[in-house]
Amino acid sequence: MNLRLPPQPGEWIDRSRPMAFRFEGRDYQGYFGDLISSALWANGVHMQGRSFKYHRPRGIYSLAGHDANAVFEDETRTNIRGDQVGLRSGMDLRAVNTRGGLDRDRLSIVDRFSKLMPVGFYYKAFHTPRWLFPRYEKQIRQIAGLGAIRAGRTAQLTPKGYGFCQLLVVGAGPSGLSAALAAADQGVDVLLVDEHAHLGGSLSWQSGGDEKSREVYQELVNLVQAHQRITVRTKTQVAGCYADLWVALVDDVRLTKLRAQAMVVASGVMEQPAVFGNNDLPGVMLASAAQRLIHLYAVKPWQQCVTLAANSDGYRAALDLHRAGISVAAVVDLRDDAGDCYFAAQVRQAGIRVLMGSMIYEAVPGAGKRSIRGAVVCPLGEDGCRRESQSQVIDCDGIAMSVGWAPAGAPLYQVGGKFSYDPTVEQLVPRELPRNVFAAGRVRGVFGLDDRLMDGRRAGLEAAQKLGHGSDELPAKISVVGPAPSHPYPIFRHTKKKNFVELDEDLHFIDLVNAHQEGFDNIELIKRYSTVGMGPSQGKIANMNAVRVLARLNGDSIDQTGTTTSRPFHQPVPFEYLAGRRFHPTRRTPMHRWHQKTQAEFIHAGSWLRPEYYANAGQDRETSILQEARHVREYAGLMDVSTLGKIEVAGPDAVTFLERIYTGRFAKQTTGKLRYVLACDEMGVVIDDGVAVRLSDNHFYVTATTSGAAAVYREMLRWALIWDLDVQLVDVTGHLAAMNLAGPQSREVLQKLTSVDVSPEGFPFLGVRRGEVAGVPASLMRVGFVGELGYEIHVPAGYAAHVWEEIMRAGASSKVRPFGVEAQRLLRLEKGHLIVGQDTDALTNPYEANMAWAVARKKQFFVGQRTLQILNERPLTRKLVGVKMAPGYRGPFPEESHLIIEQGEMIGRVTSFAPQSTLGYGLGLVFVHPDRSEAGTKVRICVDRGAEIEAEIAPTPFYDPDDLRQK
Amino acid sequence: MPYRLLRFALQSEYSEPRMFRSPERVQDQYDVVIIGGGGHGLAAAYYLAHEHNITNVAVLEKGYIGGGGTGRNTAIVRSNYLTPEGTRFYQASLELFQDLSRQLDYNLFYSERGHFTLAHSPASMRTQRWRAEVNKQLGIDSEVVDTAFIQREIPELDITCGGHQAPVHGALYHPPGAVARHDAVAWAYARGADQRGVEIHQQTEVTDIEVRDGKVAGVHTNKGFIKTRKVLSAVAGWTTHITDMVGIRTPLIVHPLQAMVSEALKPWLNHIVVSASLHLYVSQSSRGELITGASLDPYELISSRSTLEFVEGLGGHMLDLFPCLGDIKVLRQWAGLCDMTPDFSPVMGTTPVGGFYIDGGWGTWGFKATPISGNTMAWTVAQDKNHELIEAFKLSRFTNFSLVGEKGAASVGH
Repeated sequence: MNLRLPPQPGEWIDRSRPMAFRFEGRDYQGYFGDLISSALWANGVHMQGRSFKYHRPRGIYSLAGHDANAVFEDETRTNIRGDQVGLRSGMDLRAVNTRGGLDRDRLSIVDRFSKLMPVGFYYKAFHTPRWLFPRYEKQIRQIAGLGAIRAGRTAQLTPKGYGFCQLLVVGAGPSGLSAALAAADQGVDVLLVDEHAHLGGSLSWQSGGDEKSREVYQELVNLVQAHQRITVRTKTQVAGCYADLWVALVDDVRLTKLRAQAMVVASGVMEQPAVFGNNDLPGVMLASAAQRLIHLYAVKPWQQCVTLAANSDGYRAALDLHRAGISVAAVVDLRDDAGDCYFAAQVRQAGIRVLMGSMIYEAVPGAGKRSIRGAVVCPLGEDGCRRESQSQVIDCDGIAMSVGWAPAGAPLYQVGGKFSYDPTVEQLVPRELPRNVFAAGRVRGVFGLDDRLMDGRRAGLEAAQKLGHGSDELPAKISVVGPAPSHPYPIFRHTKKKNFVELDEDLHFIDLVNAHQEGFDNIELIKRYSTVGMGPSQGKIANMNAVRVLARLNGDSIDQTGTTTSRPFHQPVPFEYLAGRRFHPTRRTPMHRWHQKTQAEFIHAGSWLRPEYYANAGQDRETSILQEARHVREYAGLMDVSTLGKIEVAGPDAVTFLERIYTGRFAKQTTGKLRYVLACDEMGVVIDDGVAVRLSDNHFYVTATTSGAAAVYREMLRWALIWDLDVQLVDVTGHLAAMNLAGPQSREVLQKLTSVDVSPEGFPFLGVRRGEVAGVPASLMRVGFVGELGYEIHVPAGYAAHVWEEIMRAGASSKVRPFGVEAQRLLRLEKGHLIVGQDTDALTNPYEANMAWAVARKKQFFVGQRTLQILNERPLTRKLVGVKMAPGYRGPFPEESHLIIEQGEMIGRVTSFAPQSTLGYGLGLVFVHPDRSEAGTKVRICVDRGAEIEAEIAPTPFYDPDDLRQK
Repeated sequence: MPYRLLRFALQSEYSEPRMFRSPERVQDQYDVVIIGGGGHGLAAAYYLAHEHNITNVAVLEKGYIGGGGTGRNTAIVRSNYLTPEGTRFYQASLELFQDLSRQLDYNLFYSERGHFTLAHSPASMRTQRWRAEVNKQLGIDSEVVDTAFIQREIPELDITCGGHQAPVHGALYHPPGAVARHDAVAWAYARGADQRGVEIHQQTEVTDIEVRDGKVAGVHTNKGFIKTRKVLSAVAGWTTHITDMVGIRTPLIVHPLQAMVSEALKPWLNHIVVSASLHLYVSQSSRGELITGASLDPYELISSRSTLEFVEGLGGHMLDLFPCLGDIKVLRQWAGLCDMTPDFSPVMGTTPVGGFYIDGGWGTWGFKATPISGNTMAWTVAQDKNHELIEAFKLSRFTNFSLVGEKGAASVGH
């Protein structure tokens, strides 16, 4: 069947570009510019999908992006909306959510059992007996849901756009076009956005009976397109509006984030359906959908139809249908009087029958409810009830509904606009708008074409004035006038047939009544219970009627009833647009290539990559690590510690600042010396450690842990602001690289490369020197984290690889070799040094971690001081101590986080453990109850598979207890 | 087909009664006034009536029931916490949940899915193992699993995270982890409480609390003054607002927490997946939607506004874990308020003000505690002393420094 009309003026399809596509295994043809749904309808495919719950046939309803029942999938995508997505050549589509195909959907049987499934039925069944629920749930889940994911699909990530504009105009209908022109003429740069491929809004499809509108349309579009100050973006959704006019624009390709200085919302209205029996079947649609089919896609909606009207728009639709060759069997008007309506007069002139004060009670279904074959029309009595005895069936294959509109107010709601109900137009209109936001046209209840043009102009000028452009005098606001384009209650009970209020979720009128009866008498509660408005279209053509129903059930006004909150997104947005093409920074130290060449195995440390150990052929990880550690103890090792946080702190208040940030004292620190630093939060919890070097009176250089670097710097900035101290902070983490040369041979190696006096007297432990190393200016620090004689060498990152290689070369004769993070962790563990974040947790204070020596409790102030003063008076609840296994013990070994158990109670936990050490036995650190922390105490550790092993609390350091080797 | 559904088909009129009444007016006096008609307040009302025979109770809700945190969370229930106190408490809640549909005769769609907390670093693996060890000691089904296990259970999950994030090293797996229909929990408790004589007053806002001689004397509301000697504050995100009325200081700070939901899909994700490093948690509802949340907004704010940055970040992280979801669309986003405590445990029990009981500090972990907090708070209000399960969560722990550190078990790194 070919329902394509002869060329229509202004049609959006391009007949020179035919496109072949498949649907449910059959071949069809459409044109470039078609929507999937319009192309299907043109081919006579009226049943385009099945409904969510009852699997009833559904077709085109709004053709405006609100149809959640004509939803498809192809090989690469799912949940493709037929009335939103343009047809592409070669598409191979299926309807989602059918069992056995659209035509023979086996789940269509559900429709017959609907009496078993009133609103919320699933809350009242399936839960007893308890063991059966999982089985029911499995079935329910299989039946629910729309499309299926494509497991092997690759995301199409597109870069995001970033934009800025003075004035954003949403909607390119007459109001939006004239707003854009008015503002642009005043010198404002305007971005005009519309969701459709072409400008014009309703002017492009609602021309019936009004020849003038087409001229206005052309003229406006020409002016806008020629205007230097107006940028136009079509096929772009305003998906979400956020604080300070931060707007998410979504097109076919990407997400664009835009900051607007001001916004005019001329987004128009969404036509709303009437509620009557079988009002969901293919063939029943909004009048605007039929008009879109005719004018935009040149598709004949039906052969013969009945138009249900409650406004002049219905008559215009009838005229459009009539002119397109559809036999309009009757216009059924819910009102008793059409008033002085020019279009109604034209309809009568055209010889179309008009039935005033009448309603459609039901659509008569065709075979399999896949079409309709008539409309049951009844007069309405004065009480608003139908006169059943006078009902008649009018033959037709289509019903066009034109009973009212609801504002497309999402952008206004999302920026905090308030709406109230205006009975003049029987519509919600904006009552209060935030600064720099304006509304124009039908979204605010202004319907006449001339009025909309003037209102758009007014809004454009108001926005321009706010932006500092243009006249002092503004045209007056266009007032909202009747007769109301919307019917206050186009909703009719049906005693037998389903009359849908909500098509996405398959809710009929009685569902709302029943939900109300059960106490869900508030708009938010009825939404959550019945799920009205929670489907894919978010209730765009359901919510208003639901509000009307609830208001009537409660005997409240629309304003008392209220609406649910409008949240982003206006139309759903795919994850791949939200993600966009991203950057995933990986940080590599200057020596990274060298590590790679030397077979380093890398681990992630935040965004850094660090050598975990250097692999040796034929040797396992544990052996390599142990060898590296032994080598440091016996000869010397070189470790890349460039990832340490490095912060310069300078200024007259530098000492004060550091004394407040860290637990120690700095006032008396000598220039050229370093000190261990420990930072706590306000709860007294250890959060970071490092060293501080005094470079001059007012200039310090501080290190932070790799994982804590960013947070420490951020906290420092925050505190510096709060305290208002005269101090400058510079994060030089990336600017400088650092390496640790450690081991008994390290002095000998360093000596070859520097003029700095490295003798024990000339450069003692905890000393700091500046000088050249391998010709590069460097800071040298005598540190002892691994427990051997050692030097940390900090150099500009650009020269670090050179320095590293020179040290390796100079150290060849002294057997210097690189060592990785794991060997360092073992070496420090042998010294009993803790690692913040591993040996401390989210509640560890310095006292339980044996760090009391690092806390200068009595200084004036530091972060966490008050807490620590209190904690210091209290008995410890746990203590960090060493633990070791008997020499020769072969396992099983504890792992980090294994618990120490005594008589079934958890009295401790392993924080670090090394099964093998350079000392020949397994050792670690544990938190344990103070009563059991005495050296020599035997404790039992519960290891994997429930086994308990014995370990002994041991004093730390395990290695070189008198710290002689690092001095 | 369950018999109960036949009843609907056989009757001519829909005979389901109101689930909760809408009382004409507020009485002058109640034995207990509960502020907040969310899951916690309604559950407390239910247990007061059901287990303590205290029925002269009013639940005052300034909006509609279940409209705060109860209706905004991502509906996850689990008990794989880090401290013995937390673990016992949440386990008791989980056990109540398991039988709650039967007890309240309302299908809460309590669905045991299995809960994965993915670890993307050795440090995170240590934390997961710690949780597993503590859990096992307390008899909770919880274990550390390797990537092969995760891959087998969730084949769509990309263990490498696209190769540009730290890969998944393993996970904490908690088979009893479940999701439930959160709104229904509030409604079912409301019905249970209502049936036992409790009055639920919606659109009733408490404007002040009358304290005389250090004891509660009544509450002022937009519907007049109510005499009462016992007030339970169960308002989560608004707790500081209420504690200000009685002059109690708390260390609570309020952050927004956002979430989003996708279009409905056929079932494919049978588990609950949490990734701390990617700030993401996701499960699929019985309706087929992916319900997804992230970490707290990084600033203090009492507002439930949504941000674009949140969905952008979450979109990216979803695709890191599930690269096949690129075309799946986000339907709706929303936000709720989280009253965060410094140690990530709640604040519960008696307070220095006589007759004023607090049930707050629910941060991001309130929904899963709904039954047990209702139950223990009812006991606490009835006995005027803390139930043993909540003793560790008392307000005074912040002045005593006896904190209950649950940060490591918060669902994502906040």
